[in-house]
Amino acid sequence: MSSTTRNASRRQAPAGERVADWADGRLGVYSLAKSNMRKIFPDHWSFMLGEVCLYSFIIIILTGVYLTLFFHPSMNEVVYHGSYVPLQGQLMSEAFNSTLHISFDVRGGLLIRQIHHWAALIFIGGMLVHMMRVFFTGAFRKPREVNWIFGFLLLVLGMFTGFTGYSLPDDLLSGTGVRFMEGAILSTPIVGTYMSFFLFGGEFPGGDFVARFYTVHILLLPGIMMGLLVGHLILVFYHKHTQFAGPGRTEKNVVGMPLLPVYMAKAGGFFFLVFGVIAIIAAIASINPIWAIGPYRPDQVSTGAQPDWYMGFSEGLIRVMPGWEINFLGHTLVLGVAIPLIVVFPLVLVVIAVYPFLEAWVTGDRREHHILDRPRNAPTRTGLGVAWLTWYFVMLVGGGNDLWATHFHLSINSITWFVRIAFFVAPVLAFLVTKRICLGLQRRDRDKVLHGRESGIIKRLPHGEFIEVHEPLDADQLHTLTAHEQYEPAQLGPAVDENGVERQVSRGEKLRTKLSKGYYGEGNQIPKPTVEEYKEITSGHGHH
Amino acid sequence: MKKLSARRRHPLAAVVVLLLALAATGGLYIAFAPADKAQADETAQSLAIDEGKRLFSVGCASCHGTGGQGTSDGPSLVGVGAAAVDFQVGTGRMPLQQQGAQAPRKKVIYSQAEIDQIAAYIASLGAGPSVPTKNQYDPKGADIAKGGELFRTDCAQCHNFTGEGGALTHGKFAPSLENVDPKHIYEAMQTGPQSMPNFPDSVMPEQNKKDIIAYLHAVNSDDTTSPGGLKLGGLGPVSEGLFAWIFGLGGLVAIAAWVAARTAKARKS
Repeated sequence: MSSTTRNASRRQAPAGERVADWADGRLGVYSLAKSNMRKIFPDHWSFMLGEVCLYSFIIIILTGVYLTLFFHPSMNEVVYHGSYVPLQGQLMSEAFNSTLHISFDVRGGLLIRQIHHWAALIFIGGMLVHMMRVFFTGAFRKPREVNWIFGFLLLVLGMFTGFTGYSLPDDLLSGTGVRFMEGAILSTPIVGTYMSFFLFGGEFPGGDFVARFYTVHILLLPGIMMGLLVGHLILVFYHKHTQFAGPGRTEKNVVGMPLLPVYMAKAGGFFFLVFGVIAIIAAIASINPIWAIGPYRPDQVSTGAQPDWYMGFSEGLIRVMPGWEINFLGHTLVLGVAIPLIVVFPLVLVVIAVYPFLEAWVTGDRREHHILDRPRNAPTRTGLGVAWLTWYFVMLVGGGNDLWATHFHLSINSITWFVRIAFFVAPVLAFLVTKRICLGLQRRDRDKVLHGRESGIIKRLPHGEFIEVHEPLDADQLHTLTAHEQYEPAQLGPAVDENGVERQVSRGEKLRTKLSKGYYGEGNQIPKPTVEEYKEITSGHGHH
Repeated sequence: MKKLSARRRHPLAAVVVLLLALAATGGLYIAFAPADKAQADETAQSLAIDEGKRLFSVGCASCHGTGGQGTSDGPSLVGVGAAAVDFQVGTGRMPLQQQGAQAPRKKVIYSQAEIDQIAAYIASLGAGPSVPTKNQYDPKGADIAKGGELFRTDCAQCHNFTGEGGALTHGKFAPSLENVDPKHIYEAMQTGPQSMPNFPDSVMPEQNKKDIIAYLHAVNSDDTTSPGGLKLGGLGPVSEGLFAWIFGLGGLVAIAAWVAARTAKARKS
């Protein structure tokens, strides 16, 4: 009896095993799964920010597919006869009409629309925060520069996907935004007019742009983004995840939990948490209520016409720029638009892309880095990051200058002047202040390592002196606080070679040396305690 | 009839006809013109003007001049009409609390009877738009969609898509129109207070003003429903972005920290 069952079980493997066998025989998944399923991921809340982006992107695609079932990307004029009374009988494009239809007459349409739009705001915000984490911890260093570029492209493409997306309903607000973009294109010297006529199929607004933006929004940009996203994730797997310094963690290992089962469960659960948060927000708060905004007509405009937040800095640039205009050989150059939108707008973004290469050039470091920096241990980098964020925020203030004026009872003119000055001054101040704070924190770390943690216990010595008892740190903490490495500033070397001939020093080399001093020179980083210093102090011959 | 026609050449015929005519007109006058009431009105009107002048001397003259002729601190009120007074004083904008970029809406100081008296006095200084009657501004039967189109064309540049208000230069602003009394909206259009242009009936007929009032009532009053949920001030992408950052990303970062703090290691204990 028992032997027959054994035979039977030999013939009939469990169902799961059979499926796995079938798949492995055809796809070779075993070796792929073996090498990746046990991939280790370290635990830190900031390592989940990228997941927020991934999940919101998935949510956007799912809801977007639903919306395409009902949206008509057409600018044919129709008369509204739907269920929203304050627009009855109004002329509007089919795009606007179908968006109203989705909002009021399609089952679940408004909720899906709101999830789609809220998820988009959170997606791009998530990318910015994720990028900040990577920047401030130095995770963009070799070997991850290419992945940084992928992330940067995802951010920029995400911005433009968002822009083309919110322009689709052809409402008065987004139409104003499209007009704004047309203005930017027109301000491009020489080719501006041609580009505008090409994009809109003639004079603005024409009858084409919704259909064109639709293709760009649902096919072109998301397709590219999907490819970049897959590449981004493959590289994360290939490079393995970075980790913060700590006992047992080196440049050659990753300390954490395996992908399967721990991270699969965590990530799977986190997906639903992200979906949940976005769905709750979409269920309780209105976004882009196009019925209140009304259909687009080029002769109408409203105050408070701002783009979605991720385009807000371009709005700020244009609002605070003086309206300069010059005539050059019979051609009008609209500098008041061209400088902010054709020159500064790309510049704000491109500095993100090039930073890893700038820092690598300054340090001259060609090694791989898998241990993250604490932001305080890279004061110049941290200062530059905060300066950029300050710059960005100043531009956002400029973009919302009217709402700052009405809500804080200020003069819009004063705000504009504040932004004009702060555009140049605030990043510098932010840089200096941040750097001082980082250096202060470095000093505190040094103090902690050498003298221990302040315990708050005051002791009176026999001869009457009061001292505070410092508790020495344990070995783990000492390691964490001193694991970072400190670069030496680059030196130019002797001006003459051994034969007394003047050495050719390139301008680039001089600049690099100067920058290196700015990063790592005296006063720009606090020397971390050495073993000798530590021994000297803790060897017992009385400190304090 | 013969008797009558025989006497029509009588020397007294003209007198009789005259008497009859006078009696008829007099009778009609008595029947249709309420003489007593008219008399009373006139008295009330002149009384109101007197009262209004007294109130004006106390509350308004320091800036607008003793005769409403204006000073360096306040414009002339000759010809602004009763509607302007009813709007400015009826919304609390006047009397002014302090000189500034613009008089804000605040607590109304005078009773409606006093406001009417001041309005009567100002109206007596020169012809101007009078206070609209209820059936002029009553939005019943108006075309809401037409009002929306007019609002987006003529008003939204300063007041925002649904009348949430907006900023003007140097601290001036277009106020929010949420729950503003239809009468005051009508008067504002009629008189063009402060930075606002005016829209007299020649530019915007009474019916269109009603349409606009009806639209505002539909989209920005206590009776307005917001199908999408919280309307976040109705201010568009700025408040939406702020909400997404604070509650969306803020919430997700908090959840990420919570998830990361719970590792599989916890099982060991």
